[in-house]
Amino acid sequence: MKVRYFAWMKRTVGVAEEEVVLPADVRTVGELVEWLRTRSGGHAEALAAGAAFGTAVDQRTTTFDALLTGAKEVAFFPPFTGG
Amino acid sequence: MTVRVQEADFDIGAELDRLTGGNRRIGGLAVFVGLVREMHLRDGLHRERIEALTLEHYPGMTEKALEDIEAEARRRWTLEATLIVHRYGRLEAGDRIVLVAVGSPHRDAAFEACEFLVDWLKTKAPFWKLEETPVGEKWVEAHEGDDAAAARWAKKP
Repeated sequence: MKVRYFAWMKRTVGVAEEEVVLPADVRTVGELVEWLRTRSGGHAEALAAGAAFGTAVDQRTTTFDALLTGAKEVAFFPPFTGG
Repeated sequence: MTVRVQEADFDIGAELDRLTGGNRRIGGLAVFVGLVREMHLRDGLHRERIEALTLEHYPGMTEKALEDIEAEARRRWTLEATLIVHRYGRLEAGDRIVLVAVGSPHRDAAFEACEFLVDWLKTKAPFWKLEETPVGEKWVEAHEGDDAAAARWAKKP
């Protein structure tokens, strides 16, 4: 599965995207966040509990309790500031 | 019924002509053009001008999000034509960022749907602004006012 980061989160994590193989006990976006935090200091900082960020599964905005079953791409990003 | 995300500038007149061309049911066309506003950064006693920003987006998701927003507008109002063109990349003060145009038989629907599209795209389309300041780059933070503007439309009119 591909994990992508945008805006300041990309700089903090240090990569724009990465391929991950999920452990069997990571079933939701929230569980993925907890697991990703253990990968590096940058991950822990970008995905910290108090940080304001959103998520999308397969390019649709969703919530942290969303299941990852069959997902190809999960993204994390700060609130949008377009327009 | 068109959504485009592009680096290049757009020609407003040409876009509107193409949008309404030949459709005689359109009685009103509401248009919103977003521009890069000249901003200032206060750093102690200094007041430095922010001259440019870079718009990052999420290719693939951006188009889907804009199409979803457009589809929602078409569910809520009777619309003959809709257009969203949003730019990304480096933009300077005065540059055009976004064009939203809505054609309808009557002006009320055109005005309302145009405002709805702008409010929703600001909070639901994956764009992020990075400002160039004299003291370095700075990510623009989301405004609570934008969330409130988008929330006004939570209930169908």
